[in-house]
Amino acid sequence: MKQQEYSAQEKKNAGFWSGVRQALPIVLGYIPVGFAYGVLAQKSGLGLFNGVAMSVIVFAGSAQLIGAGLFGAAASPFTLIFTTFVVNLRHLLMSAALAPKLKGWRKWQIALFGYELTDETFALHSMRMAKRAPPKIETFAVNITAQSSWVAGSLIGYIAGGQIADVRPVGLDFALPAMFIALLVPQVVKPVYLMMAILAAGLSVTLYLLDFSQSHVIIATMVAATVGVGVEQWMTKPSS
Amino acid sequence: MDDKTVFLTICGMGAVTYLPRLLPMLLLSDRRLSPWIARWLSFVPATVLAALLAPGLLCRDGELTLELNNFFLLAAIPTFFVAWRFKSFFGTVAAGMGLVALGRYFF
Repeated sequence: MKQQEYSAQEKKNAGFWSGVRQALPIVLGYIPVGFAYGVLAQKSGLGLFNGVAMSVIVFAGSAQLIGAGLFGAAASPFTLIFTTFVVNLRHLLMSAALAPKLKGWRKWQIALFGYELTDETFALHSMRMAKRAPPKIETFAVNITAQSSWVAGSLIGYIAGGQIADVRPVGLDFALPAMFIALLVPQVVKPVYLMMAILAAGLSVTLYLLDFSQSHVIIATMVAATVGVGVEQWMTKPSS
Repeated sequence: MDDKTVFLTICGMGAVTYLPRLLPMLLLSDRRLSPWIARWLSFVPATVLAALLAPGLLCRDGELTLELNNFFLLAAIPTFFVAWRFKSFFGTVAAGMGLVALGRYFF
C-alpha cells in the first residue's frame, strides 16, 4: 500500500517536471517579451504593484503592451477594458478548439486551465493533446511555468525600466514573432493547413492595413478556417 | 487615474480576457461537436498563429514594409528554416532573436 502511494507521488513529480521542461521554450520567449512589457509599464507611469498585477490578472502579451501604452496616454477605464476585450476575443476560438480535449475534466479544473490560456500555451497544448491525453499535472505545470516566467520577466523589466531607453538593440522585440514561427511550423501537418495559414496571413495583413487593427486576427482566422473546411471537402470528394 | 482606479481597471481587463478563454471550453468540453465544427476548429491553430504573426513581419507603423531594411522579415526566413529543419522550439526562438540582434549590430 505504502509502496503504491510512493510511486503515485513519484509519477506526479515526474509529470510536473516534464511539464516544466515542455514550457521552457515559452519561457525563453516570455522573459524577454515580459521584460519589454515591464519596461513599458514603468515608462507609462504605472506603479510597480499595478504593473506586475496586470501580468498576474490579465496575462496576455499584446493586450498588456497596448494596455500599458493606453495607461500612459491617460485613456479612460472604459477604453482600456473595451480594447483589451477586443484584442483578446480571439481566445474564444482557441478555447473552443481545445474543448474536445478536456472531456471528463472537472469544472474547477477547466476554470483554472482556461485562466492561463494564451496564444503560446494554446499552441503548445494543441500539439501535446493532439494524439493522447497527457497527465493533468503536466498540463498545469506547463501553464504555471509559462505564467511565472511572464510575471518574472515583467518584474525584472519594470525594475530595469529606469535604466533602459530602448529594448530593441538586443532583439528582444523579435521574441514574439519568433515564438509564433516556432509554434506555427509544427501545426502545418497537411498541405491544406499550409494553404489556409498563408490565406490567414494575407487576410490578417490586409485587414490590419485597412485599420481593422483590433479584430484582424479573429476575422482572418474565421474566414480561413471556413475556406479550409470547404477546400478540404472539395478535395476529398470522389471524382465522378 | 489614482492607483486604486488603475487596479480596478486592470481587474476589469482581466475579467473580459478570462471569459472568452473560459466559456467555450466550459460549455463545450462535455458535448459531442458535429464533425463539421470539429473540422473547422482543427484549422484554428495554424490559421490563428499565421494571422498573429504576419502583420508583425510585414507591417511597420500601419504600412506594408517589404524593403531590405525590414530585419524582422529578413530574420523570419532563416527562423522558419530552423523551425522546419530542426523542429526545436527553443532553438527557433533563440535563433530568431540572435539574428535580429546581429542584423542591427552590423547594419
